[in-house]
Amino acid sequence: MTNENKDQFRPADHENDHFLLTTVVGSYPKPKWLNRAKDRFEDEDSDFDEDNWQEAKDDAARLITAEHERAGLDVVVDGEMRRNEMVEFFADRIEGYEFNGPVKVWGHNYFDKPSVVSEVEYDDSWLVDEYEFTADATDRPVKVPITGPYTLANWSFNEAYEDDDELTLELADLVNEEIEKLVDAGARYIQIDEPALATTPDDHAIVGEALEHIVADIPEEVRIGLHVCYGDYSRIYPEILEFPVDEFDLELANGDYEQLDVFKDPEFSKDLALGVTDAHVAEVESVEQIEENILKGLEVVPPEQLVVSPDCGVKLLPRDVAYGKMANMVQAARNVEEDLDAGDIDVERGAPTPADD
Amino acid sequence: MTEYVSTTPGLYPLPDWAKDDLSDLKGHQKHDLISGDEGEEITAAYEEAREEVIGVQTEAGLDRIVEGQLRWDDMLAHPLAVADAVETRGIVRYYDNNNFYREPVVTDDLEPTGDVAAELEAATQLTGGEDLQAVLPGPYSLFDLATDEQYGDDADFLAAIADFLAGEVEAFPAVETLFLLEPSLVESAPADGLDERASEAIDRVASATDAEVVVQPYWGALEEKVYAHLLDADIDAVGFDFVANQDDNVYNLQEYGATDDVALGLADGQNTLVEDPEAIRDRVEWVEGQLGVTDFETVYLTTNTETFYLPYAKYVEKLEVLAEAADLAEVTAA
Repeated sequence: MTNENKDQFRPADHENDHFLLTTVVGSYPKPKWLNRAKDRFEDEDSDFDEDNWQEAKDDAARLITAEHERAGLDVVVDGEMRRNEMVEFFADRIEGYEFNGPVKVWGHNYFDKPSVVSEVEYDDSWLVDEYEFTADATDRPVKVPITGPYTLANWSFNEAYEDDDELTLELADLVNEEIEKLVDAGARYIQIDEPALATTPDDHAIVGEALEHIVADIPEEVRIGLHVCYGDYSRIYPEILEFPVDEFDLELANGDYEQLDVFKDPEFSKDLALGVTDAHVAEVESVEQIEENILKGLEVVPPEQLVVSPDCGVKLLPRDVAYGKMANMVQAARNVEEDLDAGDIDVERGAPTPADD
Repeated sequence: MTEYVSTTPGLYPLPDWAKDDLSDLKGHQKHDLISGDEGEEITAAYEEAREEVIGVQTEAGLDRIVEGQLRWDDMLAHPLAVADAVETRGIVRYYDNNNFYREPVVTDDLEPTGDVAAELEAATQLTGGEDLQAVLPGPYSLFDLATDEQYGDDADFLAAIADFLAGEVEAFPAVETLFLLEPSLVESAPADGLDERASEAIDRVASATDAEVVVQPYWGALEEKVYAHLLDADIDAVGFDFVANQDDNVYNLQEYGATDDVALGLADGQNTLVEDPEAIRDRVEWVEGQLGVTDFETVYLTTNTETFYLPYAKYVEKLEVLAEAADLAEVTAA
């Protein structure tokens, strides 16, 4: 069995017959000096100007891309060094949004929840510069994470549209426009992040409809992933199998794979990017532990459909811990590939039902 | 003649300076949240913020003044989060919002703490006690938000929560009104048997005060049976979230009647779009029109939900609109 879409990211010098693509969800801890540079840029009394700030972000993007390479990841990201927050960053670039100040998420954790005050419109490209810079900085394939339209709508105040579904679909068209530009620039791996789906799982239908808008006229070979985290997956599975995506990137290590069985029946027909290290525990899991986690994925999909990734963005971890997790994750994936090649792995794939074809 | 009273269900956003100062003083993690025995500096920051939000309400001309519940890091679960018999554990989702609170697990016999009473005493110092409105979670919502490891049985646990809240209320200084917020009556409606007990629990808390008691469910309309049982409780007003649902709320009012007073949630506590006072006044008339003969003694005009979801400046605008809408309604009615 082959998987062309996934295999396009197989490194030419990959040593094992089996290939468990290793990648990250996106965000990575920012270097401390980048935060200091930002403080200086925002300080009106400082002479640290726009050019200096741009240079700092470029340096950070190069640094983290290289760090991902060093960890051995097959597909890298720049760690989202240029992005502040997953909704704010995009709202800032979309016409129709305005900011009115921070709101509480929990305790003293706030975010600048934007308001949609008029029709949303595509202005300048959001991510093409970011992608081109990262693609230039590495020989490895680069993944581009984009906050999905459902989350962009749901985590905003909607002042302008009749309901959030309408806003979601409008935003989906803008995301589609952006992906077209990214594809023109050479991007082949796009990940749509929809964490809001976990808060309102009954809305999977509108997320599916939005994805249809997102992938309209995008070439087949472009890999589209969907990242969902921290929710009750039984409320969205198997419905999400209908979504027009190649891969689901799921957080599961955090819950110790308690929800794994959800995905065994009916058969998981897409690629599974399995979270194999916990993004919210500041302790590096051992290679052996991560190998065990990877085997969990093989209970759901065959190796050809398995991708290995952390649970979620790792930006809240100390940077050395984040790196340790990436490096151990890659080592674990390579070990499992070797074992698979040697025929030493015997995992029973659970409760399959006959496929339609 | 109907009296129109502008008010809010409390649980305000912190002023932005207080968000910053308190983040710095307390930290961002689970164990940094309010425990009820905070030190001098933190207390001082909250006092200053309290004074500010009371000032906002007075300035806006609201008819009822709340303390603001700025210390309620765990939102409606706060009264339990500061109780001795409760352990706060993991961070859990607050209804269907992108908000989280610490799961309060009751591990011992609940005793009232006086925490909310102390906040109200402090507010009384600032307002002179005029027009003060207390805010508490309704017993059913608090029961729904909490986990029981002590009482072992839903009926006993709900009754214990009701006694606990009644004990808190008994320690209150004199207040004009008590709002009991009951979103769980909508969001996780009590099944047969529990619906009647929820009403009895509310009755228990309401009986602990001489103040006017308003029970405010939100995020939709009550199921018919839940509403019918609620009307059996000795309360002065039921609240209706007309932002989330108009038809079912009107249906309940038409079909089952109402308390002598009502609270109308007409301004959206979760959207930055600021309503026109005239539009709110018109909606009051629309609701009254739907009910034909009914003539309420008091109509409370309020946001449907708490307002901590809003950026601070928008929250201030919402309050101004409510105050103005109540004035307009008075004029129209006269």
